[in-house]
Amino acid sequence: MIHSLFLINASGDIFLEKHWKSVVSRSVCDYFFEAQERATEPENVPPVIPTPHHYLISVLRHRIYFVAVIQSEVPPLFVIEFLHRVVDTFQDYFGVCTEAAIKDNVVVVYELLEEMLDNGFPLATESNILKELIKPPTILRTMVNTITGSTNVGEQLPTGQLSVVPWRRTGVKYTNNEAYFDVVEEIDAIIDKSGSTITAEIQGVIDACVKLTGMPDLTLSFMNPRLLDDVSFHPCVRFKRWEAERILSFIPPDGNFRLLSYHVSSQNLVAIPVYVKHNITFREGSSQGRFDLTLGPKQTMGKAVESVLVSSQLPRGVLNANLNPSQGAYTFDPVTKLLTWDVGKINPQKLPNLKGTMNLQAGASKPDENPTINIQFKIQQMAISGLKVNRLDMYGEKYKPFKGIKYMTKAGKFQVRT
Amino acid sequence: MLGVAMSTGALYNDQGSAEAAVEAGQETTPTSSGSGAAFGLFSTDFKKNEDLKEMLESNKESLKLEAMKRIVGLISKGKNASELFPAVVKNVASKNIELKKLVYVYLVRYAEEQQDLALLSISTFQRALKKEQLIEVIEKLLKDKSTLVAGSVVVAFEEVCPDRIDLIHKNFRKLCNLLVDVEEWGQVVIINMLTRYARTQFTSPWREDAMFDENNEKAFYDSDSEEKKGQADVKTYIMDPDHRLLLRNTKPLLQSRNTAVVMAVAQLYWHLAPKHEVSIVTKSLVRLLRSHRYIVVAFKHCYNLLSKQGMFEPYMKSFYVRSTDSTHIKTLKLEILTNLANEANISTILREFQTYVKSQDKAFAAATIQAIGRCATNISEVTDTCLNGLVLLLSNRDESVVAESVVVIKKLLQTQPNQHSDIISHMAKLFDNITVPMARASILWLMGEYCERVPKIAPDVLRKMAKTFTVEEDIVKLQTVNLAAKLFLTNSKQTKLLTQYILNLGKYDQNYDIRDRTRFIRQLIVPSEKSSTLNKYARRILLASKPAPVLESAFKDRDRFQLGTLSHSLNIKTSGYQELSEWPAVAPDPSVRNVEVIEPVKFLLKSALFQLQVSFTEKPSYSCSFGNATRVSCKTQVVKMLVCSTLLLRPTPPPPPLICSPFTASFPTLHTALLSFTFSSPFIFPFSERLEPRASVTVSMGIDFSDSTQAANFQLCTKEDQFSVSIQPAVGELLMPSTMTEADFCKEQKKLLGMNETSATITMTTANTSSQTINKQVLSVANVGVAPSSQNNFHRFAGRTVSSGALVLVSLELKESSSALLTINTEKSIMASMLLQDLKQALTEA
Repeated sequence: MIHSLFLINASGDIFLEKHWKSVVSRSVCDYFFEAQERATEPENVPPVIPTPHHYLISVLRHRIYFVAVIQSEVPPLFVIEFLHRVVDTFQDYFGVCTEAAIKDNVVVVYELLEEMLDNGFPLATESNILKELIKPPTILRTMVNTITGSTNVGEQLPTGQLSVVPWRRTGVKYTNNEAYFDVVEEIDAIIDKSGSTITAEIQGVIDACVKLTGMPDLTLSFMNPRLLDDVSFHPCVRFKRWEAERILSFIPPDGNFRLLSYHVSSQNLVAIPVYVKHNITFREGSSQGRFDLTLGPKQTMGKAVESVLVSSQLPRGVLNANLNPSQGAYTFDPVTKLLTWDVGKINPQKLPNLKGTMNLQAGASKPDENPTINIQFKIQQMAISGLKVNRLDMYGEKYKPFKGIKYMTKAGKFQVRT
Repeated sequence: MLGVAMSTGALYNDQGSAEAAVEAGQETTPTSSGSGAAFGLFSTDFKKNEDLKEMLESNKESLKLEAMKRIVGLISKGKNASELFPAVVKNVASKNIELKKLVYVYLVRYAEEQQDLALLSISTFQRALKKEQLIEVIEKLLKDKSTLVAGSVVVAFEEVCPDRIDLIHKNFRKLCNLLVDVEEWGQVVIINMLTRYARTQFTSPWREDAMFDENNEKAFYDSDSEEKKGQADVKTYIMDPDHRLLLRNTKPLLQSRNTAVVMAVAQLYWHLAPKHEVSIVTKSLVRLLRSHRYIVVAFKHCYNLLSKQGMFEPYMKSFYVRSTDSTHIKTLKLEILTNLANEANISTILREFQTYVKSQDKAFAAATIQAIGRCATNISEVTDTCLNGLVLLLSNRDESVVAESVVVIKKLLQTQPNQHSDIISHMAKLFDNITVPMARASILWLMGEYCERVPKIAPDVLRKMAKTFTVEEDIVKLQTVNLAAKLFLTNSKQTKLLTQYILNLGKYDQNYDIRDRTRFIRQLIVPSEKSSTLNKYARRILLASKPAPVLESAFKDRDRFQLGTLSHSLNIKTSGYQELSEWPAVAPDPSVRNVEVIEPVKFLLKSALFQLQVSFTEKPSYSCSFGNATRVSCKTQVVKMLVCSTLLLRPTPPPPPLICSPFTASFPTLHTALLSFTFSSPFIFPFSERLEPRASVTVSMGIDFSDSTQAANFQLCTKEDQFSVSIQPAVGELLMPSTMTEADFCKEQKKLLGMNETSATITMTTANTSSQTINKQVLSVANVGVAPSSQNNFHRFAGRTVSSGALVLVSLELKESSSALLTINTEKSIMASMLLQDLKQALTEA
């Protein structure tokens, strides 16, 4: 299926290549470079590029193109999904997925790719399994290995891989048995000029960190499962149980994993936790524009709105901005025209405000469109959809685990049109 | 040693080319300085490899490992490390697992290029297997019931023999049932393969008279019921239960986190499900489309589905464009929104489009105008609104927006030529300010085409064009010539001179296309002796009514290929693409997918084989035949054994338990009994079928009695009732015959003396002392083999226990006056005494 993989950086250098079935010359990437040149933005390189003898399927992540070379029919999403898994694995192993990190760990990268793809077909893509095969590099382990000559490569085959629960290794032991679940929701919204919501959706995930001895069988139930409109599961979740009882029943993988991703339907009313009062104007014939922006909390159920960051792409004609923030700091990049304002926490008693003037290029006409404002924020201890975990039970093991559930709401793609 | 390891570690980490010089400098230290310097002058690479070779040939594991790591680094950068092949290949037998793995990585990379050196070239191995052999292996593996095998074997199937659909028949149901538990990558391949399979085996569900009861299996199985008779003449479509099984078992996978799996299920539904069921996949597809990671590819696949009105409509707002989206995604979202537009939501969509038109991203704004044009043609209710909106855009400051609007307006006007002369005249007014050639050309064409509707304006536009003709772009010049010709035909009084002037300018133009066109037009419209025939038709030729252009998406016409494939995504046939066949008019025999209920019982190995036959006749009965492979033919024996083994049947109603002989056990009426055998705990009998009245079914099961006569208890469950069944073997049935020579027999017998020997003296009638009768009697009790005997008064039989294989030797010595000595030699003393009892009874009674 996948013949070769090339990693290409932003400046167009192939800095890593790996081949499976046979060696494909790196000159095949010329077709990719051609397409890259034609694309106006890095993201606009077509994900599937046909060449006379091969097909190139690529993803762009962390400013690196992962280009897979295909020789015959295969579902493109299959390759794309796999490439994303590769990136996720690198990130998991090295903390970051950068050119430097990959180059530094080229041997681990090779060992990983060798396990992840067998004769061009995905084999072990589950992070828990991979970690048993190849231990992630840590500073300590690198030191120890250098001195003792031991290796990162596991001596045994992963125990889970051939069992009925391939995502979990056998013989797991912990002195402290803990299971933590993070319910994280993101609000995607578009707010129009007048402050009314054009569209708002909630995407949520439940990330788990489970460190339990043996083969625990967990069930997690919700107070209000009806909220969940569309769900996708980790393979460990028993689908039938969910269909019948709306209960998540599963034997968890060991360690960190994403249990569930969900979507709260757009038909439901979504609470919008912040509002923006804005007055951004440009006048015909004047080389100055006014900028006035105030943020305030709204429907936050009494929780504080934190880590607020406002950014906006100002019109091309804007030369510089002379603004005065009531709190936090702002920056304006005159090249990219990007204005960012690091607000911090919103104090309901004293609303944060950013006010001042923008200078336009002399002679430039009044911009057609006012800039859109992107807002990022975090609200702890609250899931904005109102989703609540009812209980978590464990079967199959005798001990009593420590259980914890945390809620958080974040802004996803939260835009205010002005 | 430590120092060396550390320094090489540093070398390996600095693979950047900038450090190459430093690296080279450091490397000279371990190698002999003389030669290092000499080589360094010519090629650092060669010298480096020398160094690696030395490291590989050293006795230190750590050095070798470091060398391999650096080699992998070289390979990863695409550098040639093939000359190290002999040095690397030596380490293939290393005990260090990481070293071994890296050597493997190296070997796989270079084995093909260095075949003469590669002792263990994997590709040669592969070539050695012939295709037929491969297919044989695949066929065998397809039968495997493990989820671990299923994915890989289907991958192999698709690669080696994708057209051997016959290999799938018997495994179809199993694959459907295993699917949920197969690993995700395997799921994709299996689902795609089964889609192809289904299109060859089932009939089309896309019929209007179809019946789609989820539970129509009943109708299928009730083959005798009167329902069938009614259907015979109406001929309604009934979905094959296997077809339904496939649809039902793939549906849960829409919830997979793996987008490829979701897409695979979506395409399966698109190609196989009844039309009204396809919408099940919508929600999951919206999930793919929402994610920016996948939208670009997913979109092309979803296009067919998107065009189905109504399916995605509730999710419209998920596709609203954000200013931060890349142009690529913006245009795709726009495409989706345009597809979703209908009478009900068009006003919302147009309002949204108004925002987009103002976007700073001009390419996107232009695309939005195109989209508005498409909405206007598709939904007649809003055509006027759209046109008015577009006319407003004509006064936009941005040139490209204006140009795009003109082009779209031109197309729209063509669809409704009888109105809107005001718009045409408005455009004529704007003409002077528009500089984009395409837009100018479009206006000129409109003037010419509808010149009779704007009789005063058109000649004036032509006048202006005559002035600027020489400086216009080619496309504008062509349209000017066009306009001149049309006006000449309709209004020659006012425009004759202008036309001649323009034709003269065109005659000497630099561009040959324009010169050509001018010559052609002149011949066509200006009357002369030569061209009289064509001239008559000039008006009909130039002013013929033209079909309006259809505004449609660039993504349409993609239904040639199976959804979700690479071919579909590129809209070209890629190598290795397997065509999806059309539905067969008549379904091929569905029974090919039936799997015989009696399978060779694998878990049997060393146990007795039971055949439990359950049949429901007028008088439902229950039979149990018993015997293993060697004895099946021996009918009388089997019957005899049946009597010996007790079979307890306890129907719950009526309450008093009745013990009866196996052949006559009567049940309360059971019409459709669902049978499943449940063994004590972990074992579920692989059998679950409906049983019709008068039908019978035979199930084989193996019970390992562990050489004891303890009864095996289990329950026989029907839908309404359950019966406890208890099967107790006769001791003789726990044996297998064993052949041995007389000498062997005596030798073995001598080993089993003392407490291993049990004997009894019996009295037999003389009639029974013939060797034939004795053999028959002994064999009726114990499943043993006859061992040869040189003496007439000695009869020997040998056997082994089924479970542990312990020897059981039976000897009968005939003495005077009808008495005989029966001896059994075996380690299993309990068995021996029981067997002795049985034999004694059989021999004396007969």
